[in-house]
Amino acid sequence: MAYSEKVIDHYENPRNVGSFAKDEKGVATGMVGAPACGDVMKLQIKVNEQGIIEDAKFKTYGCGSAIASSSLVTEWVKGKSVDEAATIRNTQIAEELALPPVKIHCSILAEDAIKAAVADYKKKYGADAEPDKKAAD
Amino acid sequence: MRKPIYLDYSATTPVDPRVAEKMIPWLTENFGNPASRSHAFGWEAEQAVENARVEVAKLVNCDAKEIVWTSGATESDNLAIKGAAHFYKTKGKHLITMKTEHKAVLDTMRELEREGFQVTYLDPQPDGLLDLEKFKAALRPDTIVVSIMLVNNEIGVIQPIAEIGEICRSKGIIFHVDAAQATGKLPIDLAAVKVDLMSFSAHKTYGPKGIGALYVRRKPRVRLEAQMHGGGHEKGFRSGTLATHQIVGMGEAFRIAREEMATENDRIRMLRDRLLAGVQDLEEVYVNGDLEQRVPHNLNVSFNFVEGESLIMGIKELAVSSGSACTSASLEPSYVLRALGRNDELAHSSIRFTIGRFTTKEDIDYAVKLVKERIGKLREMSPLWEMYKEGIDLNTVQWAAH
Repeated sequence: MAYSEKVIDHYENPRNVGSFAKDEKGVATGMVGAPACGDVMKLQIKVNEQGIIEDAKFKTYGCGSAIASSSLVTEWVKGKSVDEAATIRNTQIAEELALPPVKIHCSILAEDAIKAAVADYKKKYGADAEPDKKAAD
Repeated sequence: MRKPIYLDYSATTPVDPRVAEKMIPWLTENFGNPASRSHAFGWEAEQAVENARVEVAKLVNCDAKEIVWTSGATESDNLAIKGAAHFYKTKGKHLITMKTEHKAVLDTMRELEREGFQVTYLDPQPDGLLDLEKFKAALRPDTIVVSIMLVNNEIGVIQPIAEIGEICRSKGIIFHVDAAQATGKLPIDLAAVKVDLMSFSAHKTYGPKGIGALYVRRKPRVRLEAQMHGGGHEKGFRSGTLATHQIVGMGEAFRIAREEMATENDRIRMLRDRLLAGVQDLEEVYVNGDLEQRVPHNLNVSFNFVEGESLIMGIKELAVSSGSACTSASLEPSYVLRALGRNDELAHSSIRFTIGRFTTKEDIDYAVKLVKERIGKLREMSPLWEMYKEGIDLNTVQWAAH
């Protein structure tokens, strides 16, 4: 399969690989996919007191397109509020990386990973709550 | 761009330069049709075809009269299985094969099912080999054809065809063997084993693509219904003008295989063992298929917690095959590894290295270094590896399947 240059770039130089400590303040995790399907993405966001994602990290088990999709979204979510991040659509990811039709599911998974991380954030810290308050409970 | 190191000899082999050299005159000055009986152009072409037939027969110890030229192993499999099923359909309608056969056999069986035949697809044991007791239990009074490959294309295991042949012969069942991956890799003695039909390919044994053969036993005589009709070439088994240059190439390739197999395989085994020892330095590496009942050319290993396609991408300096079909349109892991009972993750993360005549020790050392480095990098990126290292049993995790 011929990959686009952008996919190869993200695969060879993935951005923001790694993990945050789970109990770190403002950190939320989205894990989507299943090993049996050939991809698992773990996206972590670190949200500041203003509700802005100030850092993001990922780990992905999957094909080059899955790795590239998750690497890309770690770049995109940084600086966005959690609600803004949740508006990122798979079509934007697929377009940016020039994914072929058989790899569209990778971009869908990346979108799902953002949504899962945002949902985890809201569950942990409450829909409107600031991370600080919840952490103080 | 520099070409990658070729470790995919089970996909195809380069034509040996000695073979290519022998083929060329049969394209240019000696271009005659071997079926032309009225002039010297035809006579010399016919002689070349018959000489090649003798070389193919010698490699597998049969009579040259038992060799029928085809376009390759896929056609041989079709002719053998459909030809025998159609000819013997009044005796019964049941056939037996294995789930790990090549698609050329499996898809032919599916076609026969559409025609009203019944097919049993046997599971291999976890080591990839056929369980003879299960095989015996699957036989029915109306079983007419059994098709089991000699060497598996993905995992290189050698099926017990001598034992299967004894069972089939005692019951009057036609036994077909796909030997596309076997020629030049292990001795084949058709005078000793009770095989009725055997498929061969040239391009897996340093011959050209587009040519193969089918062995059709004469004693006891095996009958087939032709699948290709026309001028009655090849005693009516397979019509079509013979491709003299291709046939000459297959003959020369099989001659070289016969003469050099023993020394070549010692060298290849040494390289395979070196490769295996190298990759086994890594944790969580699993060899797929039995390591003893196996041709030395094949090493199929799964690297746990790494996805197959990203692995292939990571080792793009090596030309190898992945057990994951992700590279095609579907996302299905290898059906062969699934049939062994490998879970989806391990099936997805398998790599087939196949070593051949032109592989060097330097190639193997480079491959080992590259695999270790890239597996390490991909595992650092893998959430599954992280969970494994944290001691989480991945089988207990509730995955959100998509």
